[in-house]
Amino acid sequence: MLSPDSLKRIDREIAKYPAGRAQSAVIAALAIAQDEKGWLSTETIDFVASYLSLPSILVYEVATFYEMYNMRPVGNKITICTNLPCALHGAAQAAVHLKQSLGIDFDETTADGSFTLKQGECFGACGDAPVLLVDNKRLCSWMSNDKIDELIAELRAKAN
Amino acid sequence: MNARSEFIDYGPEAIILAGLTGRNWRLADYVARGGYEALKKILTEKTPPQAIIAELKKSALRGRGGAGFPTGLKWSFVPQQYSGDKYLVCNSDEGEPGTFKDRDILRYNPHVLIEGMAIAAYAMGCRRGYNYIHGEIWDTYERCEEALEEAYQARYLCDNILGSGFSFHLYNQHGFGAYICGEETALLESLEGKKGLPRYKPPFPASYGLYGKPTTINNTETFAAVPWIINRGGEAFLNLGRPNNGGTKIFSVSGDVERPGNAKLLEMAGGMRAGRKLKACIPGGSSMPVLPGEAMMQTDMDYDSIAKAGSMLGSGGVIVMDETRCMVRSLLRVSYFYFEESCGQCTPCREGTGWLWRVLNRIEHGEGRNGDLELLTSVSDNIAGRTICALGDAAALPVKSFIKHFRDEFQYHIDHKRCLVPDYV
Ligand SMILES: Cc1cc2nc3c(=O)[nH]c(=O)nc-3n(C[C@H](O)[C@H](O)[C@H](O)COP(=O)(O)O)c2cc1C
Ligand code: SF4
Ligand code: FES
Repeated sequence: MLSPDSLKRIDREIAKYPAGRAQSAVIAALAIAQDEKGWLSTETIDFVASYLSLPSILVYEVATFYEMYNMRPVGNKITICTNLPCALHGAAQAAVHLKQSLGIDFDETTADGSFTLKQGECFGACGDAPVLLVDNKRLCSWMSNDKIDELIAELRAKAN
Repeated sequence: MNARSEFIDYGPEAIILAGLTGRNWRLADYVARGGYEALKKILTEKTPPQAIIAELKKSALRGRGGAGFPTGLKWSFVPQQYSGDKYLVCNSDEGEPGTFKDRDILRYNPHVLIEGMAIAAYAMGCRRGYNYIHGEIWDTYERCEEALEEAYQARYLCDNILGSGFSFHLYNQHGFGAYICGEETALLESLEGKKGLPRYKPPFPASYGLYGKPTTINNTETFAAVPWIINRGGEAFLNLGRPNNGGTKIFSVSGDVERPGNAKLLEMAGGMRAGRKLKACIPGGSSMPVLPGEAMMQTDMDYDSIAKAGSMLGSGGVIVMDETRCMVRSLLRVSYFYFEESCGQCTPCREGTGWLWRVLNRIEHGEGRNGDLELLTSVSDNIAGRTICALGDAAALPVKSFIKHFRDEFQYHIDHKRCLVPDYV
């Protein structure tokens, strides 16, 4: 079950498509569900499917195809683009700094569950390298080691 | 790395981005710059749709999404007489490594895209359109939602726009992290709420597109050039560029330069970083063949000249690599990308991209074998041209060109189990 607010947001997405094409809203609906729940459990996916009157398997397929859905619980998710243009302009070092600061490798979550680190592909923002994405929504540009430290401190403070 | 402010002034010649400050993106600002005049003009003068398409043809505008297909010609494929639904789609799923121009159009000048799409919709008789925006640039998506809201309120989007009888409704959809959705038919699948699996072609979107209806897809920068063409004429646009390459083109410059950004030339990106020498350059986003520095310095930046030099302009993402860079390591990262983003539908691409990555990985890590370069070439040859979509070619082309131009460096890795440029970071 999702909150009335989330359902309202999903309804807004459905309204973007012609009558009978609610399936088109599935990518947005899953993103909205993830905003509320933090990740997509089978239960959440089933709920989205029934809300859009789609077979669960169809929605599950979408959830597993697109990279930004969290198929298991995550901490504050930090995704750093390490693709070549970014790597050439500081992202390789920034990635090392992130791993050392958090004490984890890519695709791992800190023991206290507060941070998850991901390696991302081009965000279409290569001019901002090193660039990282916090919880899919917040793009952080020109991330020097100092700015990374600040960001981590800020996210830690918010969690406490 | 030097500190920089967020906004770069593009200068007066960057027609799509001229006069921007980073803050003047709203409708009122756009109208003050002469925005929506082109749309008003065609609606009040009741310009025949065919005349608009003829103007586009005259302008020699070529698609800015990578393939450089002539836009006027593409628009003429849509069946004018077809009386059912026809769709217009904008490809803002920019994710080609090294390319970051559409994001700047969307966040600094969103109304130029809306106006360009409305004109295109009028020319092809589409009543509904979608702008598909890369999932990773969420704040840009939200800005586009706000800009659409403004355009609806001012009734530049609605039924019976400005009393002309022409109706157009435009919506934004965001992606959620799949590079392949930049391929136009994968994008259509994604718009339908499915996995982004490219479709077999034919049929082409012009006859069988979104929901099986005639559909035209263009890149953001392509649509954004349309208002200028309508205001000043196709001839004027053509004269801005070179024969057969109308208008201006935004280049995104990234890598070993002082200030990565969108610019017309390398000097505007501040020159090479720390004054080093240019070793290699990929002129059109990572899917295109690499060129050695010397060849790059001698070529003009238009579709035909770059093709003559042995590469492609693609999306205009210029990736610059200086003399401290290892070509094996650089190609390895590019190959990982295609391996990671292959949708897995075609065997040559699914298996081949993994194979390329594994062989390059062993060369990079001092475990390369004699014959590996031939193996890489033969795997590439077996991918290219044998797949449903062009991602297969995109994975193969960089491999072949890196080996062609920097073969000695690859061989050195295999022979000596180490790198020629060990300081590479
Ligand atoms: C793997 C792949 C990725 C692509 N990514 C993009 C993209 O991010 N943006 C884009 O406009 N076109 C992209 N294209 C090209 C589109 O398929 C299509 O040609 C283009 O959107 C047409 O618009 P245009 O004629 O205005 O260039 C991609 C193609 C392939 C094969
Ligand atoms: S070439 Fe690759 S990405 Fe394209 S459809 Fe085939 S498997 Fe998918
Ligand atoms: S390569 Fe990192 S954002 Fe494009």
